[in-house]
Amino acid sequence: MARIGVFVCHCGENIGRTVDCAAVAETLAGHPGVAHAEDYKYMCSDPGQALIKRAIIDKRLTGVVVAACSPHMHEKTFRRAASQAGLNPFMCEMANIREHCSWIHEDRDAATAKAIDTARTIVEKVKHNEPLQTIHIPVTKRALVIGGGIAGIQAALDIADGGHEVVLVEKDPSIGGHMAQLSETFPTLDCSQCILTPRMVEAYQHPNIKLMTWSEVEAVDGYIGNFTVTVRKKARSVDADVCNGCGDCLAACPNRRTPSEFDAGLGTRSAIYVPFPQAVPNTPVIDRANCGRFKAIAKGIKKEVCGKCAEACLKGAIDFTQQDELVTEEVGAIVVATGYQLYSIGRAQPEGLTGYGEYGYGEIPDVIDGLQFERLASASGPTAGELRRPSDGKVPQTVVFVHCVGSRDPEKGMAYCSKICCMYNAKHAMLYRHKVHDGRAVLFYMDVRAAGKGYDEFTRRAVEEDGAEYLRGRVSRLYRDGDVIKVVGYDTLAHEPVEIDADMVVLATAIRPQPGIKQLAQTLSVSYDEHGFINEAHPKLRPVETNTAGVYVAGACQAPRDIPDSVAMASAAAAKVLGLFSVAELEREPAVAAVNETTCVGCLTCQRVCPYGAVEAKEIRDRDGNVVRTVASINPGVCQGCGTCQAVCMSKSIELATFTDAEMYSEIEALAFWP
Amino acid sequence: MTLAYYPGCSLKGTSREFEESFLAVTRALRIEMTEIDDWSCCGASSAHPISRDLGVALPARNLALAAEQGADEVVAPCAACYNRLATAQHELGADADLAARMPGILGHSLPPALHIHNVVDLLAAYAPRIEELVAARVDPPLLAGLRVAAYYGCLLVRPNEVTGFDDAEQPATMETVISAAGASPVAWNMAVECCGGAFSISRTQSVVRLGRRIVADARAHGAQAIAVACPLCHTNLDLRQAAMTARGEEPLPALFITDLVGLAIGLSPGELGLARHFVDTEPLLASLAAEAEATATAAAAQESS
Amino acid sequence: MSGDGHADEFEPRITAFVCNWCTYTGADLAGTSRLHMASNVRIIRVPCTGRIDPLFIVKAFERGADGVIVSGCHPADCHYTAGNYHARRRFALFRELAAFVGIDPGRMTFSWVSASEGAKWRDVVNDTVARVRALGPFDEYRRLVDLPDASGESYATIEGLLGRTAP
Repeated sequence: MARIGVFVCHCGENIGRTVDCAAVAETLAGHPGVAHAEDYKYMCSDPGQALIKRAIIDKRLTGVVVAACSPHMHEKTFRRAASQAGLNPFMCEMANIREHCSWIHEDRDAATAKAIDTARTIVEKVKHNEPLQTIHIPVTKRALVIGGGIAGIQAALDIADGGHEVVLVEKDPSIGGHMAQLSETFPTLDCSQCILTPRMVEAYQHPNIKLMTWSEVEAVDGYIGNFTVTVRKKARSVDADVCNGCGDCLAACPNRRTPSEFDAGLGTRSAIYVPFPQAVPNTPVIDRANCGRFKAIAKGIKKEVCGKCAEACLKGAIDFTQQDELVTEEVGAIVVATGYQLYSIGRAQPEGLTGYGEYGYGEIPDVIDGLQFERLASASGPTAGELRRPSDGKVPQTVVFVHCVGSRDPEKGMAYCSKICCMYNAKHAMLYRHKVHDGRAVLFYMDVRAAGKGYDEFTRRAVEEDGAEYLRGRVSRLYRDGDVIKVVGYDTLAHEPVEIDADMVVLATAIRPQPGIKQLAQTLSVSYDEHGFINEAHPKLRPVETNTAGVYVAGACQAPRDIPDSVAMASAAAAKVLGLFSVAELEREPAVAAVNETTCVGCLTCQRVCPYGAVEAKEIRDRDGNVVRTVASINPGVCQGCGTCQAVCMSKSIELATFTDAEMYSEIEALAFWP
Repeated sequence: MTLAYYPGCSLKGTSREFEESFLAVTRALRIEMTEIDDWSCCGASSAHPISRDLGVALPARNLALAAEQGADEVVAPCAACYNRLATAQHELGADADLAARMPGILGHSLPPALHIHNVVDLLAAYAPRIEELVAARVDPPLLAGLRVAAYYGCLLVRPNEVTGFDDAEQPATMETVISAAGASPVAWNMAVECCGGAFSISRTQSVVRLGRRIVADARAHGAQAIAVACPLCHTNLDLRQAAMTARGEEPLPALFITDLVGLAIGLSPGELGLARHFVDTEPLLASLAAEAEATATAAAAQESS
Repeated sequence: MSGDGHADEFEPRITAFVCNWCTYTGADLAGTSRLHMASNVRIIRVPCTGRIDPLFIVKAFERGADGVIVSGCHPADCHYTAGNYHARRRFALFRELAAFVGIDPGRMTFSWVSASEGAKWRDVVNDTVARVRALGPFDEYRRLVDLPDASGESYATIEGLLGRTAP
């Protein structure tokens, strides 16, 4: 027989003003199974908790109901108190008579009646509660970092420095990401590669970091502390163990006209290539789509074509027969740091986006984007740092920079601010003026958002010292007029239309997540917003966690981020990983579902609806090892306790602990006794 | 499909030549259509700034009449009429309250959604037939090599979610028609710039300034004529062109897209109402004819030798 | 029981099934914001709308509820990624079944209320109470199983079962 204690809290005046707490306690005292009922001014105070503990011991209570505030407020407090008095904490529940009753009603009788109902409902539930034990899960103290940009490198280094192994997976042939493409960085104008390359090398040489470039995450199984990750190592066609990075093969390659991804399409590279001279690792990759030999193989030509790279390689490292390889890694935590791509204004767009017809759909050669400008300004770029425009190599005398191209434009499907453009436009204007002293830099802006340490000073410097001309307004059209690009816009401060003949136009196009992000997010079971940016678990209080335990997020794959933000997020994510790895075992609430294997019919509907892939088919065998039946089996480590499986189970063979059918129906039935 | 023809006021008044040209061309292309009986003004451009209900009711009445008279498609050659008909249909679809009170205002039940055509998309649909007719001519092709700037103006393509016609920034349908007629569309920059519209009367100088840019850009890109599909655009670029043309420059004829098709398939300038244009089309036609003649003679000479 | 109306007005009894993460927290917010609302609703907390078996609703009606509210996270905001989508499909079907067996769908409210929508929760509560009040008590089930009505008299006559006249 249940012996439930009911404790009604006045919460000072908060509950007591509208609810007759003494009447609630008195009524509940007469309810079947209630062994003790009392009311008190502040249940959550030390004396209040002592009251509960004493009653549990004195009255040998089997369950406790605290009628007070929301369980989101104090459930932990009271469960701890119950546990200290020797009661299983899951036998203690709260009835919400403050947020859901006293604060939203004025009529004292009605509120009291509702409080009685609510308390009784919970009493009926607690009668069916079972003592539960916290679940313990082992932790594999090894991390996976996806993405080798500055965020991924930082996270990997921090975790590795903390003494744990890290697998760093990068889809490109080299780590470094977009930061390696930048010329100089704001607000200090220090050379991007000068500060990045040492970190790249450090990551490469770190004994705790296993670097996997030219690789992509294919599948992820398991759960926090126990992930099994399948990584596809794409065929490099070069034996990385043999190659010494001399570069002879690059010089031998007859194809020199492949647009270089690293130079944002402004320069060219060979078919066998390293993306840039400081690449880490410095092992080339054969781009099979552009290599003569592989193109011949794809066409079905039997004869061996070209092979000049293999002839040039004195180490014999070129291997045309190499295949993709699937590698399995066991890790306990995952950091997603896949970064961004820039929106392109072209006519062909992914779903939901539109291009910029008014800016020529990207078909005017001297209309470029921010990353292309970085390459033009970079000493390692296609023009060796001389600012020459792509069409004819002329030094542009007037350059127009356009802020917010796509960003903050709901019409184009991207209502958000891309955050970094205000700063890099100011930087570009400065870099341009430093290189072309008599040139004119005009910036069309909506607002200058320069929030950050030293940021506003930086944009002021662009105006005051480097003569950047800021025009507040939008550009409505760009079109070619002979040698120049006509920039038609509107100055909203002077209230007049503006027309400028520009030699080059730089568009600050919106930051978008990487193309494969949604697929990766689904592989990881993490949610993403309508643009494909990974959702953090809480926008303020859990900024680097995701809704899947053990998966963390850093950098621009979560939202547009600049370098300091990305690095800070990466270190925060690394701290979370190190925190996870600092315990021997994980503890978690036992609110998980379990299958009754004797009644399960093995329809596996539960498997289809489970958002976490926690349900697996389990074969039941007889003594001879023959399969007798197949039933569902739930992995308690993966189950998050939503209960969707239980609601769809046709044979009623699944029970979600803390929300069992018995508990739920007893609550519903308790409400039938309303006055 | 049953096509109804909504002429609108301009085609019966200041732009009579557009109707003459349009009817001659549709007849020649064997496009069957019936003028809506008892049609009334579409309200452009005065009604909708004054009253939303009136701005929707005026075109909706004509759509209702067309539907009652058995049509499921309507063509409105005037761009403003086209825009108002499309806007009314769009707003009735988007606003249930408006749709509910409309029958009371109209005295007709709410028209079903009709397919509303402008002259450009109608002709583009008949492009193969235009090509056929051009090819079937015994005379040498008149428009071969004629460089034409396709001018859309505002009302055909904007707002694009209402008209749903082509691309608001870089449309290409008129170019299809021009090519089908045997002429060569030029790539230029002012295809969707504003011509000044109804300010032609109240602020003539503004219209002249806007029109000058359009004409100058067409000329700079080698155009010999500008093709238009709107009575108001035509009025501005034709009537006001004298003021847009610098001394010593030849004026640039503004031709309706139907004029080009008509000339290509062998209709006479008289049938197309070209004499009503302010910019004299004679010199252009004469030079085209001479060129065609010369090409034909050269071809004949080559054949006989 | 109190509503906004007169003392002699029918006060419907409404059971609400709300998910722990969005609507329960949204209802908490309504409380923290002191948004006053009708007191006819009793909340039963579930982890996710995906946990709600349609039989819960049937059971609530069987045990005397006049109306039912089911509310969870907005589409795409589910704490458990997709539970609310399963719930949405399930209740789209259940609503039709309920109508077929004689439960007026107007007695059921399905809504999305996020943790930040305290005011929306108040509106859902007040609207549902007003709507169910207009529909009157849910008597159909009682008549079927011969439960005494409020005055203690039985409906167990042919007329009662057919719903033609009440004693």
